[in-house]
Amino acid sequence: MAVTDMTKLTLGPIAYHWSGEERRDFYARIADEAPVDEVYLGEVICSKRAPFHEADLPDTIERLERAGKTVIVSSLAEVMLARERKATADLAEMDSPEIELNNAAGLFARGKRPHRVGPFLNAYNEATIAWMAGQGATHVTLPAELPRAAIAVAAGAARDLGLGVELQVFGRAPLAVSARCYHARAHGRTKDNCQFVCEQDPDGMPLATRDDHPILRVNGIQTQSESYVDLLPEAGEISAMGVTHLRLMPQAVDMVEVAWAFRDVLDGACTVADADARLRALCGATGLSNGFYFGTAGYRRIEAAAPA
Amino acid sequence: MSLAELICPAGTPAALRTAVDAGADAVYCGFQDATNARNFPGLNFTPEELEEAVAYAHARGAKVLLALNTYPPAGKVDLWRQAADSGARFGVDAFIVADMGVADYIARNHPGVRLHLSVQAAASSPEAIRYYAQHFGVKRVVLPRILTIPEIRKIRQEIPCEIETFIFGNHGLMVEGRCSLTNYLTGQSTNMDGVCSPASEVEYIRDEATGTMSSCLGGFTIDRFGPEEKAGYPTICKGRYTAPHRPEGYYAFEEPVSLNLSRLLPDLIGAGVHAFKIEGRQRSKAYVRSVVSAFRRAVDDIRAGRAANIEDLVALTEGQKQTQGAFETKKWR
Amino acid sequence: MTVEHGATLPPRPPGAGALARLASSMAQPILGRIARRVAARHASLFARLGAHQNTDYVIDPVELPFALHLRPDPQALLFRAVPRDALPAAGATIRGRFLMLLELLDAEVDGDAAFFSRDLEITGDTEAVVRLRNALDDVDGSIAEEAAAMFGPPGRAILGHLRRKYSDDAMPRGE
Repeated sequence: MAVTDMTKLTLGPIAYHWSGEERRDFYARIADEAPVDEVYLGEVICSKRAPFHEADLPDTIERLERAGKTVIVSSLAEVMLARERKATADLAEMDSPEIELNNAAGLFARGKRPHRVGPFLNAYNEATIAWMAGQGATHVTLPAELPRAAIAVAAGAARDLGLGVELQVFGRAPLAVSARCYHARAHGRTKDNCQFVCEQDPDGMPLATRDDHPILRVNGIQTQSESYVDLLPEAGEISAMGVTHLRLMPQAVDMVEVAWAFRDVLDGACTVADADARLRALCGATGLSNGFYFGTAGYRRIEAAAPA
Repeated sequence: MSLAELICPAGTPAALRTAVDAGADAVYCGFQDATNARNFPGLNFTPEELEEAVAYAHARGAKVLLALNTYPPAGKVDLWRQAADSGARFGVDAFIVADMGVADYIARNHPGVRLHLSVQAAASSPEAIRYYAQHFGVKRVVLPRILTIPEIRKIRQEIPCEIETFIFGNHGLMVEGRCSLTNYLTGQSTNMDGVCSPASEVEYIRDEATGTMSSCLGGFTIDRFGPEEKAGYPTICKGRYTAPHRPEGYYAFEEPVSLNLSRLLPDLIGAGVHAFKIEGRQRSKAYVRSVVSAFRRAVDDIRAGRAANIEDLVALTEGQKQTQGAFETKKWR
Repeated sequence: MTVEHGATLPPRPPGAGALARLASSMAQPILGRIARRVAARHASLFARLGAHQNTDYVIDPVELPFALHLRPDPQALLFRAVPRDALPAAGATIRGRFLMLLELLDAEVDGDAAFFSRDLEITGDTEAVVRLRNALDDVDGSIAEEAAAMFGPPGRAILGHLRRKYSDDAMPRGE
């Protein structure tokens, strides 16, 4: 298991509008208890939320770094308004900690200085990854919808270029972003007058079809999957393909225990079946899916014999 | 013809000829594969058809823009490279691209052909646009349908390339090039396969007793229409869903509605928009003929300093309703 | 297949029984000739059909006494009138008023628009319908005119009569 026990676990940026207190408690526990190597901070989805937790950011970084975690600050996925352009430009000026860029506006501002490429930058293939590496990218997170065969080629190419390669292995899949806020719309408001109604839904607002099948989650301007992506059974294979970092997206479940389930599998400390059973228990009624990985509908769960 | 070019859709060679004959300044089209974002069954061009189409358009003073605006998954990039090589050989006037790897390939291998940045690249700020202009020599950006006219005017002042905006057709809700909704329900990807709600996964089910029609995608009921209700495309972002506090079901993203900016054309020209794009490569010749003709007259009137007489194009719109979307007011957001 | 009709479509005759069978058999030779002629002159449309060359399409003009069965196989082209009580298992069914279907055939009306307005109904394999629509849309000129012209002045007169008869309550028009 030489490959997998070197595989790093990361905690992606919180996609939701959790309160300052919730975030402080969350990261304190991550710092003390979660077996994650790297933690992404920063607001990626909605620029209106950023002021609520910017003040806490230095303390959170310090707290996590003191616990031995590498901290990366992520940039907004959508950059259109003046405040979004400024936030992106400001972030691109940071020397430390590392930054992850999620929009080409950030690439423009960063120039050839080192940066990570986030999941919203559409690094789908080896040609794009090679281009990005030539422009200073040190690390790339692959799109969540990329199927296994493409992950293998992309990871191999990135590794040959000396880049870190990351893939989301847990949490709701990011499916779309929009200029329109669907949380505000659901409550008869507009984005400019949203009154931060998204705060009511720490795990996203569920949408079901009219014949009562839960299908999507609304998170402000973002649309996510109803199911949690779960690539725990496939984690060993993913590592073997050259993916160096496995990303866990924060959901409203016990993320410390989620991280331990993955760490134990990567370290060979427990069987995949046992860890997966723990994960299912942690996630309650929420469906788990791995369809994207197997090149089928994302919501599906393909039961495949996972290689040891 | 540098101002207010009319960029028109062509899903078939016949549609291309129709668009050119109706007054298109340029026609955009794609090959019969995943290299473009309208990879629909029975649609698009074989290499031979594209070659003939370029000759037809050029003989009548119209340009042909080749859409290579999807994202190749790793291991399949050669298909996009070959498409670019074919397009260059046939003499297309520009490539419409989204993927940085594809843009880089064309910039290096076909430097004589213009690059246009597809809406699928989601470049919605001056900085993002300048990134593509600086590195790949992009000459024109197709702006996402999420900006107001004052915002477009500001962007124009800060970028070194032309702006193309959509003026009519399907009203995309999600940031293009960042949407995997179809893949989540069907296993076919908008970005990688060029499909959105693929017909093979669409089913219409009519309830004989009530006259209601359900439109289903991948087995999920996206919407139900009463007997008298107008219908829309079976796309996830135009579906009706329930939320905990909306048990009656509502259009969570957008109603079935089409974009129609005919009344804003003078304002768009004033904001510095260089080219107007009509959506609808998947639509029929009838659509192409009516919409292109109507906008040709309108643009010519405006350029001649006359008041444009905009025909009512609502019958061709999705849900038989139209909107000016984000272009009119920030409240759309 | 049922004889129910959508609320936006007009009532239809039952399309079964002796009259329907008689009408079908009278239409048969004409349809066969039309199909062979169109296939010969527009061979390229088969390429756009792909695997759906073998699909059984039922085209259901709601106010005619029979429906049409199309299997666009270039090797064994089939286009026939069928009483509604003898329809084959359809891969896809396209239902609407006759003249609108005729206009769709000639790309005079936009299929999506007709669908949005609920004047056109599609059941079965949606991809098959989309392929057929796109294949026909790539044909230049008027298939209806071509077919009418095969029968000389009487054919053109019948088509003209049909168009006049239906023009009052025509669907939202493409132009």
